[in-house]
Amino acid sequence: MRLLRNLLRTPEGATGLCLLVVLALVALLAPVLSPGDPLRIAGRALTVPFTDPAFPLGTDRLGRDVLAGIVHGARTSLLVGLAAACAALAIGLCIGLAAGFAGGLVDEALMRVVDAFQIVPSFLLALAFVSVIGASVPVVVLAIALGAWADPARLTRAEVLSVRERDYVASARVAGMHPVEIALREILPNVLPPVLALSAIIVAAAILTEAALSFLGLGDPNIVTWGSMIAEGRNVLRSSPFLSIFPGIALVATVVGVYLLSEGLGKALAHRGGAA
Amino acid sequence: MTLLDIRDLRKRYASGGRDVAALDGVSLTLAAGETLGLAGASGSGKSTLARVLTRLVPADGGTIHFESEDWLALSGGELRRRRAKMQMVFQDVLGAFNPRATVAAVIEDPLRIHGTVPKAGREREVAALLDRVGLPASYAARSIRDVSGGQRQRIAIARAIAARPAMIVLDEAISALDVSLRERILELLVALQVERGIAYLFISHDLAVLAAVSHRVAIMDGGRIVETGPAAAVTGAPQSQAARALVRAVPRLIIRQEDRNAV
Amino acid sequence: MTALCEIRQLAVTYRGQPASALRDIDLDIRTGERLAIIGESGSGKSTFARALAGLLPDGARVAGSLCWMAGHAPRAGRDIGFVFQDPSASLNPVLTIGEQVAEGARRHLGLSRRQGQAHALDMLARVHIPDPERTLHAFPHLLSGGQRQRVAIAAALAAKPGLLIADEPTSALDMVVQADIVALLDELVRDGGMTLVFVTHDIALASGFADRVAIFHDGQLVETGSTAEVLAAPQAAYTAALIASHRDLATPPLIREAGR
Repeated sequence: MRLLRNLLRTPEGATGLCLLVVLALVALLAPVLSPGDPLRIAGRALTVPFTDPAFPLGTDRLGRDVLAGIVHGARTSLLVGLAAACAALAIGLCIGLAAGFAGGLVDEALMRVVDAFQIVPSFLLALAFVSVIGASVPVVVLAIALGAWADPARLTRAEVLSVRERDYVASARVAGMHPVEIALREILPNVLPPVLALSAIIVAAAILTEAALSFLGLGDPNIVTWGSMIAEGRNVLRSSPFLSIFPGIALVATVVGVYLLSEGLGKALAHRGGAA
Repeated sequence: MTLLDIRDLRKRYASGGRDVAALDGVSLTLAAGETLGLAGASGSGKSTLARVLTRLVPADGGTIHFESEDWLALSGGELRRRRAKMQMVFQDVLGAFNPRATVAAVIEDPLRIHGTVPKAGREREVAALLDRVGLPASYAARSIRDVSGGQRQRIAIARAIAARPAMIVLDEAISALDVSLRERILELLVALQVERGIAYLFISHDLAVLAAVSHRVAIMDGGRIVETGPAAAVTGAPQSQAARALVRAVPRLIIRQEDRNAV
Repeated sequence: MTALCEIRQLAVTYRGQPASALRDIDLDIRTGERLAIIGESGSGKSTFARALAGLLPDGARVAGSLCWMAGHAPRAGRDIGFVFQDPSASLNPVLTIGEQVAEGARRHLGLSRRQGQAHALDMLARVHIPDPERTLHAFPHLLSGGQRQRVAIAAALAAKPGLLIADEPTSALDMVVQADIVALLDELVRDGGMTLVFVTHDIALASGFADRVAIFHDGQLVETGSTAEVLAAPQAAYTAALIASHRDLATPPLIREAGR
């Protein structure tokens, strides 16, 4: 709770948190805010925004409601962003813990795998993965996670190596604690904070990657995403730019919100560390 | 009765391309209920001895018999069980505790691991231990971060005696404390020894501290024990060069100007 | 003795801390003297040392006056040398010893690179570093704690300051090395005619070489005076308690040795 208060005291944290809370609410309340299938044809094609109260943000080439698309697209973006970040963190933590604890050859082998995944550009990796397997939400989530797990893995390993040498771990060993208990109770909770701090960045990158994949037509075709909306608008960019601009703004607002939150979190955590 | 019998203990480290003998054939004994003070300058190997003895790092040679058993041969679950008998108090009051733990959790760990007290009685035992080391029972709920340095060392002692050990290794346990707090901790340790018959291996670079609480003193230099004997004998009439240097290094309260000029 | 610095009603509060770290400090520092600042953790002794040297962190509020008789605030390196407690942290691990010792001299005395190295060599010899030629080109991690502190002292004195402030320079070192470092400081200060402000928690250590002592407790100056007077007849109860809690080899042990 103290952390939340510290977070809200920083301008970045407060702004970021506000943006993301709004986004989360929109995503959660999507069926309430815009009932019905957002991909259905709702009205006249290419309605100009702010002219028709039934379609405040206008309609696209097929007559689909842009506002409904944005609201439902929020769901996809948040869902994919969070799921991909969770997956990346989970994989990274497991590999990092294994490498840090095992040491020796296992550590070396795992680190070379991490190197390999860090060298390949994450977007191309996701692209290749989705192209081969096929586009659906779970595949997109996995594809993004594949490109993002290497950084948390490296950081986790470094933290494990450092925490392992602390006196309280030695103290636990001298007390006769079982190695598994030491790993779970003494080491893991103290390794997590810096790794979790990475999570905001991973979420932001995941959202952008998903949008890019959708833009290229490699996202799930059955759901509406901001990326696919931007792609749709590409064809009428000169005459009806709003079709691409609105989802673009939504994307920017989301990513900026996530970055601001992570900045604020960083400051709030540093504050607490300094006072302690 | 000899509690601890170390013979010809060896430990090598690779350092800067060369092999350094941190422990070069160390032999010493510790009787039940006795305090052996181990003194030496930094680099003499005393901390390495503490870490090898408590099985934190492996030895490269030699034997250790603890409670008449081959201590170095133990491993796995058997070793973990026996560890209850040999506990340790560390120098670094800040780093010696999991920053996320509460005081109660810290002291309860050994009780839980070694099952010395059934679950129902643990809270009471923790309160009793806190009381024994001079802290109010209300401290149990505190986070370890909200406790001062001297208090942390008391908690470390409570944790060490919780499992009812036969001996405790004190590795520079009071070096990081304020001078005014040290005396109290030393008194507590001596009282606990008389009460519970715990033997201490007290490691320090400060001979004055060792002289206060040790029955016997051993001097370490270059990975070896170079002198052993009753505390008064070693500190009063040091034979080895290392011992003499340690005796000379203890600051004396010099009040008169003439004494200062003479120094 | 002439005054080097007159401190009146000095008070320091760190940012974010409700209580002041120092308050109501009235003290004179006399030229050429050896002054020991004695106190336990939380007494404010380190804060005092840093306030003198101008090393307080941003946001620290300072009240009262630090009046330097020279007319201007002392320049770091040139007028004041500072030795920190942890020699591992105060030396830059990626610069050679020679570069670090010469730094101050080159900056303040305007020496060329070669002159700076020669001066550094001279300084290393003066602090009795074994094999100074080789140490000049070595990196800090190759030296022991005691040797690093000698290097830190050499670096602090390189530009020939008039005042040397040592903040617990031996607390991170073992007793044998401590005695050597204190003797070294004593010798250098005497030879150079410098003023020494030595911060420590060990009253016995200070008694070995200090002319005057200032006892700090809980952010306040409890007692000050010549070492002999304060130790022989302490005015404040805290000072008496500090003296009483000192333990050396002559103090009776806490255990009974016989009959074991």
